[in-house]
Amino acid sequence: MHFTVNGQAREAEPDIRASLLDLLREHLALTGTKKGCDHGQCGACTVLVNGRRINSCLTLAVMHQDDDILTIEGLGSAENLHPLQAAFVKHDGFQCGYCTPGQICSAVGMLDEVAKGWPSHVSASLTEIEFSDEEISERMSGNLCRCSAYPNIVDAIRDVSEASA
Amino acid sequence: MKMFDYSRADSPEAAVAAGGRFIAGGTNLLDLMKLQIETPEKLVDISRLDLARIEERDDGGLTIGALVPNSDLAADARVIRGYPVLSRALLAGASGQLRNKATTGGNLLQRTRCYYFYDTAMPCNKRVPGSGCAAQGGFNRILAVLGTSAACIATHPSDMAVAMRALDATIVTLQPDGDRRRIPIGDFYRLPGDTPQIETVLAPGELITHVELPPPPRGRQLYRKVRDRASYAFALVSVAGIVSVEEGKIASAALAFGGLGPMPWRDARVEAALLGQAPSTAVFETAADALLAEAKGQGSNDFKIPLTRRVLIACLRDLTGNPA
Repeated sequence: MHFTVNGQAREAEPDIRASLLDLLREHLALTGTKKGCDHGQCGACTVLVNGRRINSCLTLAVMHQDDDILTIEGLGSAENLHPLQAAFVKHDGFQCGYCTPGQICSAVGMLDEVAKGWPSHVSASLTEIEFSDEEISERMSGNLCRCSAYPNIVDAIRDVSEASA
Repeated sequence: MKMFDYSRADSPEAAVAAGGRFIAGGTNLLDLMKLQIETPEKLVDISRLDLARIEERDDGGLTIGALVPNSDLAADARVIRGYPVLSRALLAGASGQLRNKATTGGNLLQRTRCYYFYDTAMPCNKRVPGSGCAAQGGFNRILAVLGTSAACIATHPSDMAVAMRALDATIVTLQPDGDRRRIPIGDFYRLPGDTPQIETVLAPGELITHVELPPPPRGRQLYRKVRDRASYAFALVSVAGIVSVEEGKIASAALAFGGLGPMPWRDARVEAALLGQAPSTAVFETAADALLAEAKGQGSNDFKIPLTRRVLIACLRDLTGNPA
């Protein structure tokens, strides 16, 4: 099967049972995407597929023929951080760091959803979104942080959302 | 995960002819396959079928393709305008990542999150028919108080389906013989009885292709969900309510409930207690009595009965403009 990962065309023949997460980590050695619960509960495996954030643990690799996949490795590099990566460093948005790639990929997808005008559970109006810390917390609830860096994660995301607004 | 055959269908007709288990979003099915609770021998990938559109019908209703992701359905301008209860229900469920993948058809077919269904070391009549029900006498805080049987007290986990039940949605299917079927959502789910493993009236190999919503209903709409944490948790109790008041009397009422029963719950007696009445707390209490007359707690979920009463009354107050 072929697909695009971080802008590069790739080929692989994974086991039919392999998740997209296992394809990325085991076949392509892209270990930035983390395996936490492997059941869609923690969000550590979040990647962007065709621009949308999903849990890569809960989707079969073989279902992604020709898809465009973006992982943490494709967002930025140590020399050239993505604005969210820089903001997480600035605001100390992590402790152990295990959830961080998922948090950042999720935040990229989340900010795009806000830009499209998608409402959330805490939006008072379904049509006029007032972006707030409460909105960030609700929209990021699929990403758990066992170190509980949540306040700093919210600060980092707010920083980037304000800069891009 | 057990090995399976995989094929990708290029049309709904080819999908039903393939004779396997359908996979689209996969967010629930793969979770269960990893635990070997689901062990399909053949998966038919329907995710690329042309069933991901939302279309207006001439009668003013909407036809929703079975593959429309939960995110897209919640954010659709026509859904927000005419069916806000559905947007609100979808947004109350799961996480952003899951809503981006989970589909309309798959959401209807979600399996219960009963702890004992998930724990393969424990008896569960839904997972292994005839093995028993460990939830009765076990940890049953999240489980059902209505529609249960001696075999099963599981709840249906969906929020979306609760709103669709209040909206009188119709589920359109394609059968393996090529015939189409239109199933009112009120006829779609089955009570557990002594066969809790059979959850819907779908025949093996029958494919949900669309969900139809009737024209937008009159009145106010709301979805209220009570759960153990503020986000990303299943309902202890949820209410989808659509109520209109005309000339001081309740002219129409549709109320469906999540977290209480083995299916999105709706009881005509609740609505009958409201229709034609001037809204008042006393009338709402009568409606709650009608809903909960046969409710049966299992110990640690007893609290759901008074909780549901309070939530229903609060919802009815909001839906009718806070009467005395």
